[in-house]
Amino acid sequence: MVITTLAFYLFALTAVASAILVIVSRNPVHSVLWLILTFFMSAGLFVLMGAEFLAMLLMIVYVGAVAVLFLFVVMMLDVDFATLRGGIAQYLPLGLLIGLILIMELGLVFGHWIFSENAPDLRAAVTPIPEEVENTAALGQLIYTDYIYLFQAAGLILFVAMIGAIVLTMRHRPNVKRQNILDQIYRDPGEAVEMKDVKPGQGI
Amino acid sequence: MEYLPILIFLGLAIALGLILILAAVIVAVKNPDPEKVSAYECGFDPFDDSRMRFDVRYYLVAILFIIFDLEIAFLFPWATAFQDIGLLGFWSMIVFLGVLTVGFAYEWKKGALEWD
Repeated sequence: MVITTLAFYLFALTAVASAILVIVSRNPVHSVLWLILTFFMSAGLFVLMGAEFLAMLLMIVYVGAVAVLFLFVVMMLDVDFATLRGGIAQYLPLGLLIGLILIMELGLVFGHWIFSENAPDLRAAVTPIPEEVENTAALGQLIYTDYIYLFQAAGLILFVAMIGAIVLTMRHRPNVKRQNILDQIYRDPGEAVEMKDVKPGQGI
Repeated sequence: MEYLPILIFLGLAIALGLILILAAVIVAVKNPDPEKVSAYECGFDPFDDSRMRFDVRYYLVAILFIIFDLEIAFLFPWATAFQDIGLLGFWSMIVFLGVLTVGFAYEWKKGALEWD
């Protein structure tokens, strides 16, 4: 138990510290690297809570793919960060105002948050009993049957994202020679090579 | 507690990384001069900033990767619970895969998988 508690504090403190470093580090690429560390530590927290599948998703999807996208965006923006940072005094009041409003809204929400009395029963009605199945199997029993519409909606969202990314970023350059595999396969050797009987001293 | 080996492994990895970095800092001979610490690019000064813009096609490849990554992520719980979810679960996954296969066919036909 002691080790679990120690591991929790290790993961939690590192996650908070690296999250702070995300917003204070000057180089945006370093920010992304700290963000990756935050993802790692959150995955550790998920494992401690017994949600191994979510931890794996966090690793594969966020560390493996989303962090790469963030890096691409940071590299692609091509912003001069020195001039960007020069405006901080100008934008500071606005940012503080927005932060204050957000904190007040959060305070209002949490101040008046009351759990419905039958909320645990509602949750238990659809959830498999945790002791009987492990959580990946429990998710599998729910997603594909009980939440089938949401699952199909997720599929459609992924589909739209795919089409959208292709439509927005695909630019085929003209005058580029491409490989056409079928043409290559169906090429007739009889047409490709021509045998000529060249007489000496005349050429073709 | 069954994850204790992973925790130990994590600790070892962090310790080893720290030891290697710190050993380089402490033990190595440091004798810098301006020529040594300047960026080296085949004997020239560096031509450009290291943060250059690059082609948006890398981004397209990364987004397509993320989408199929998520598709695979949905397959794991499905495979684990395959015995229990019956015919409805089976066909819901087949429809899901079918939708994404339509997208894949579009992507292939459009030539998004080719570089140029």
